[in-house]
Amino acid sequence: MSKIIDELTKGILEGNRNAIARAMTTIENEEDGYVRLLSNIYERIGRAYRIGITGPPGSGKSTLTNHLTKILRKEGFKVGIIAVDPTSPFTGGAILGDRIRMHDLALDKGVYIRSMATRGSSGGLARQATELADVLDAAGYDYVIYETVGVGQVELDIAEAADTTIVLLVPESGDIIQSLKSGLMEIADIFVLNKSDRPGAERMQKDLEYALHLRESDHDWHPKVYQTVANQGKGTEELWTEMKNHRSYLDSENHLVNKRDRRLKNRIETVIRQRIEFHFWDDKRKKILKNYLESEKEKLSPYLLAEKMLEKLLKTFK
Amino acid sequence: MARKLRVLIAKPGLDGHDRGAKVVAAAMRDAGFEVIYAGLRQTPEMIVETAIQEDVDVIALSILSGAHMTIFPKVLDLMKENGINDKLLTGGGIISEEDVEKLQKMGVGKLFGPGASTRDAVQYVKEWADEK
Ligand SMILES: Nc1nc2c(ncn2[C@@H]2O[C@H](COP(=O)(O)OP(=O)(O)O)[C@@H](O)[C@H]2O)c(=O)[nH]1
Ligand SMILES: [Mg+2]
Repeated sequence: MSKIIDELTKGILEGNRNAIARAMTTIENEEDGYVRLLSNIYERIGRAYRIGITGPPGSGKSTLTNHLTKILRKEGFKVGIIAVDPTSPFTGGAILGDRIRMHDLALDKGVYIRSMATRGSSGGLARQATELADVLDAAGYDYVIYETVGVGQVELDIAEAADTTIVLLVPESGDIIQSLKSGLMEIADIFVLNKSDRPGAERMQKDLEYALHLRESDHDWHPKVYQTVANQGKGTEELWTEMKNHRSYLDSENHLVNKRDRRLKNRIETVIRQRIEFHFWDDKRKKILKNYLESEKEKLSPYLLAEKMLEKLLKTFK
Repeated sequence: MARKLRVLIAKPGLDGHDRGAKVVAAAMRDAGFEVIYAGLRQTPEMIVETAIQEDVDVIALSILSGAHMTIFPKVLDLMKENGINDKLLTGGGIISEEDVEKLQKMGVGKLFGPGASTRDAVQYVKEWADEK
């Protein structure tokens, strides 16, 4: 096993695309050896700069990713793209269609695109996306772009995994205050008002700027709003300049180091939480839970049950 | 985590629409597969490169243009060249029995005619995966 994993590691470091692909599958499915694989590449990561692009379905994320990638390619950078789409909660399946808008990149050897479904991961998405990005990082990609649909938890996860987070809105997004509440505002380093060829863009820009102005912030980075027409490539150069500004900001005064330290800490915490849960819920304990629901719930409070089930484990922590 | 089947669905050639391909994509999603939908105008080179990057188990092509006797063999060649011929190459279109036979001899999997039900295609992919 470990021999296969070490071969895979070698392939990744050489930039071999088959090895990168296999490695990503191994990690996504948490197949045997995936921890070893991640540990193997750990010391080779940290070079790639990670950009998150999030926003409502159809707002132009893939189209924008396509254009930004072309700009990055022109500057000589290798680009990895991780395009995340939701898994259907009913069937467990997914249609991952972001490549349709990245047609032009399909044969560029300096670009690697991987589509990823959210699967069941609640809160684990940041970890998994980060791990896939690690593979691209170790393989020598200079930039990794995460594209994710902005729905609830997912975008918060992505902000966690990215160095610079871009939030996309469109004139049709409507009530800005609603978006403000949903947490989108907190995570954005840059706002993009895409489809600004459509009516309502100016108005939206003003509303957004006003809302941002009212917001209290303890940071010295103030997110700005950029208008783009992604399908025509309009405004993308300006956006790229602002992305570079944000990167220099992070590079100053240790912001990037702090951000990445936070990510590392989070990752350790997630791994520990998931491992403990995984081992905790063995067949015996699952049965206890089932029994409780069937015949004990009137007699015993859920807190007491949890306490009872944890008793032995908690002792080992002392 | 359970192994998810990943299927690339692409429509090579310059002709027409991708309605049929989309119907198949939806059926495969409903069967619990992860479908990488590449869309129209895919060249054999693009198809194989995408299959590598996405590490799919199955490549399914929809070919209505009549170009199946050039596209399928080309994709097969590229798959071999790139060391991914362990993946299943299958698809659908208007293909004569004679051509189907020829293509299957080369190593292409089952091919579905325009009248085939999506259920059969899903079933076929499942069975292929179970045997692997
Ligand atoms: N009018 C207009 N359409 C756009 C713009 N950007 C993207 N689109 C179109 O919007 C649709 C959805 O784009 P896509 O990139 O797939 O959105 P995503 O779901 O956010 O990834 C496509 O038909 C694009 O061509 C824009 O700036 N203006
Ligand atoms: Mg998209």
